[in-house]
Amino acid sequence: MKMPKPDAGVIARRAEIIKAMQAIVSGEGVITEDEELRAYDHDGLMAYKGLPLVVVLPETTEQVSAILEYCAGNEVKIVPRGAGTGLSGGALPLADAITLGLGKFNKILEIDFDNRTVVAQSGVTNLGLTQAVEDEGFYYAPDPSSQIACSIGGNIAENSGGVHSLKYGLTTNNVLGIEMVLMSGEIVRFGGKYLDSGGYDLLGVATGSEGLLGVITEVTVRILRKPETARALLIGFPTNETAADCVAAIIGAGIIPGGMEMMDKPAIHATEDFVHAGYPLDVQALLIVELDGPEVEVDHLIERVDAIARQTGATYLRISQSEEEREVFWSGRKNAFPAVGRISPDYLCMDGTIPRHKLAEVLNRIEELSRQYGLRVANVFHAGDGNLHPLILFDANEPGELKKAENFGADILRYCVEVGGVLTGEHGVGIEKRDLMGVMFTEDDLKHQQRLKCAFDPAHLLNPGKVYPTLHRCAELGRMFVHEGKLPFPDIPRF
Amino acid sequence: MSETLKPETAEQVLDAVKWAAASESPLAVRGQGSKDAFGRAVEADHTLDLSGLSGICCYEPNELFMTAGAATTLAEIEAALRQNNQQMAFEPADLGVLLGGEEEAGTIGGAIACNLAGPRRIKAGAARDHFLGFNAVSGRGETFKSGGTVVKNVTGFDLSKLIAGSFGTLAVMTEVTFKVLPAPEKTRTVLVLGLSDQDAMKAMAKALGSSHEVSGAAHLPEAAAKVSKVSHVAGAGRSVTAIRVEGPGPSVEHRCRALTALLRESGGIEELHSENSALLWREICDVRLLDGDGGNEGGGGRQVWRLSVSPMNGAGVAAKLTGLSGASVFYDWGGGLIWLAMDAEPDAGHEKVRQAVKFAGGHATLVRAGADVRNRVPVFEPQTGALRELTARIKEGFDPKGILNPGRMVEGV
Ligand SMILES: Cc1cc2nc3c(=O)[nH]c(=O)nc-3n(C[C@H](O)[C@H](O)[C@H](O)COP(=O)(O)OP(=O)(O)OC[C@H]3O[C@@H](n4cnc5c(N)ncnc54)[C@H](O)[C@@H]3O)c2cc1C
Repeated sequence: MKMPKPDAGVIARRAEIIKAMQAIVSGEGVITEDEELRAYDHDGLMAYKGLPLVVVLPETTEQVSAILEYCAGNEVKIVPRGAGTGLSGGALPLADAITLGLGKFNKILEIDFDNRTVVAQSGVTNLGLTQAVEDEGFYYAPDPSSQIACSIGGNIAENSGGVHSLKYGLTTNNVLGIEMVLMSGEIVRFGGKYLDSGGYDLLGVATGSEGLLGVITEVTVRILRKPETARALLIGFPTNETAADCVAAIIGAGIIPGGMEMMDKPAIHATEDFVHAGYPLDVQALLIVELDGPEVEVDHLIERVDAIARQTGATYLRISQSEEEREVFWSGRKNAFPAVGRISPDYLCMDGTIPRHKLAEVLNRIEELSRQYGLRVANVFHAGDGNLHPLILFDANEPGELKKAENFGADILRYCVEVGGVLTGEHGVGIEKRDLMGVMFTEDDLKHQQRLKCAFDPAHLLNPGKVYPTLHRCAELGRMFVHEGKLPFPDIPRF
Repeated sequence: MSETLKPETAEQVLDAVKWAAASESPLAVRGQGSKDAFGRAVEADHTLDLSGLSGICCYEPNELFMTAGAATTLAEIEAALRQNNQQMAFEPADLGVLLGGEEEAGTIGGAIACNLAGPRRIKAGAARDHFLGFNAVSGRGETFKSGGTVVKNVTGFDLSKLIAGSFGTLAVMTEVTFKVLPAPEKTRTVLVLGLSDQDAMKAMAKALGSSHEVSGAAHLPEAAAKVSKVSHVAGAGRSVTAIRVEGPGPSVEHRCRALTALLRESGGIEELHSENSALLWREICDVRLLDGDGGNEGGGGRQVWRLSVSPMNGAGVAAKLTGLSGASVFYDWGGGLIWLAMDAEPDAGHEKVRQAVKFAGGHATLVRAGADVRNRVPVFEPQTGALRELTARIKEGFDPKGILNPGRMVEGV
């Protein structure tokens, strides 16, 4: 992965920049020693590491504003960082950039049950939001598997999803407002405790912007009352095709489950060895389907899903009879990444989304590629919305194997796009999929995205080298080539 | 010379916009023109009539999405969805009558460009939440696309959000893809009678804060309730607070019972079944319950505002508006959406309205007023400082010559 060449001029000014940072953030909030910087040298995409110029951990929005204003004035780049669990390298440090960590933005500011909202600083963890309101029976719906660690600011920057996103939506559907500091240092607010906006939907645009548009300092999210009950079915199938048919048939019957997850054989075995959830080992594919709501509804839907599963050829079927049993069903799926981590020195987690009816076809293609590359792969995915997570197993100590795994991953993602899907469903582009953007987008598509970037950060100081393979200068993007204009379309009907 | 250009293909749209950019001739972009009167009057010489870009291109019920030409009528889309027991869950409001036009007009592109939403906004979101991808021509005269056909997609910036609600000021959509969802098996509405506005906010908060997946929560003060065509509502002789539940049959019955128990102490309770429920929520969604409008086209010249505030502040905000001559309101979104009708004023009472919104946090839109008033008074919430400059820079990036619906949202943008 090629990163932009560090700016030697900025590195030469390091001492001066540190001084300026110390004037804004006192004491331990400015980290300069290599030993300590190493704690920030990578994110969840472990194959890539690098030391930042310096790490700054501000505590107030005003400090963030002062930092960005200084950096804008002195052409210093910024890499925003939440909890560093991102899987696409979005928070990967740059040698000539300040890593701006939001770890100290860890306070819940307001809980408002009547309006069903929580206002919090952006470094609060996803689970922290739920924990703040669960005594009253509420929760924050999007639940990435990393929820104990990842920050809500990072969730917004990535538009993260979770197993419950099928029914309750992604981050973008559950965030009502943010406070954001622009690269200029200006502080803006998009949205609040009310719905929609009186102008362009900049809240929507900031969500999923991967730290390229501004630094999120505060968030307002909506919370929901926990469903009365939830029960899950554990369903085994003899083939990937039959499992995929079952997924399609459930959706086709008008049922949107709270969650619908699938694992293939290698994933089943890896997780079963790890957590002993009691998964059947003689099936090719396993589905976990969770229904939630009032008991009568759950009973009714369980019956229907049960019938659909039998019709589509399930060979194993268990329905959770207690809350504990439901949690056991999930324990395997929720530990899939660490489980795979046990059976292989390293793994890459891919994240394409495909149309549901292509599930079996794509799985077969992945199997073929796995043989071709000679690398094992385990598949877990959010089957309900077609979001795949093939985990490619490899050994980074074997020369060339990382590259091979990356090529394998790129082939999977290209295939996802080929069958009508997309490169990333929830983990973001970061550096990982940056160079594949051209598979999905034309040059003009990418230029329009970058024009949005130019409106927020005209000097490209925020998180450069991420998401876009080439960053065009904003002056160049703004230029317009006009063709001399008489009405050049005799064939367009006019009235 | 004023012309109406009626392209029939995306390529022709591109040609038309290229020409407009080269000759700096502003275009008024329209689908069917059902919302021409929404927003500021566009200062444009020519009209770009997109009605030729119509038709469903791809509908796969099991994949839960549809792709259609931008000017496909909502009526055509809804008919196709009904055949498969599906719906657009964001419940696009039909503002035709409110805006003095026809019922059942409007296109999908228009619904998205105005980011329409209905009562289900509180549970399912607005058009923005269901808009998966598009092909468009920006004011630069370049074709671009964003998004895709799948729900989970974080590849690049989410330009769909930018285009939804931009009132055609950034790009001309030629084809759009949006989410479709199963229609509920059953719908019922619990009515609580006789609540004051303030108590209604509390009752709605209780219902929305329960686990009963309420998909609509509206409060109709007595004057608004009277206008309804649902006899239980009109004949209540009191205010009516309506709570909607949808889903599988047994579940809906259970939740109605639970909500009735929860709200009994608040006031008298009635229940509406399928047909009456559908009619009432249609009236709420399409803003047909403003007292004094009498369902008339144009509402006899009365002006209409739409205020979005934090729900518990709804009644407090409305209380600040009573000084406006002939003011009448009703509430949707649990109190977070206030529809206000008032006797016409040259300034549409905008200072008072904006003051009231400011107190609660939120924004107000002048949805109906004469063109002269809409050009004098900011129709959308005025922006200041960095936010205003951001908006201008985005417009500049996508439409540097200012040829797409200039002035529709903000004067000079
Ligand atoms: C074991 C594991 C399981 C995971 N499971 C899921 C899952 O189920 N679903 C899912 O969607 N993701 C999952 N992830 C990915 C990751 O947890 C999410 O992307 C998460 O939202 C990242 O949050 P973070 O705080 O760690 O962000 P970081 O990794 O610190 O940053 C991610 C990106 O956001 C930017 N950023 C962070 N904070 C801010 C801010 N305040 N303002 C502006 N930009 C900011 C960064 O610059 C970077 O580009 C998983 C990761 C791991 C390691």
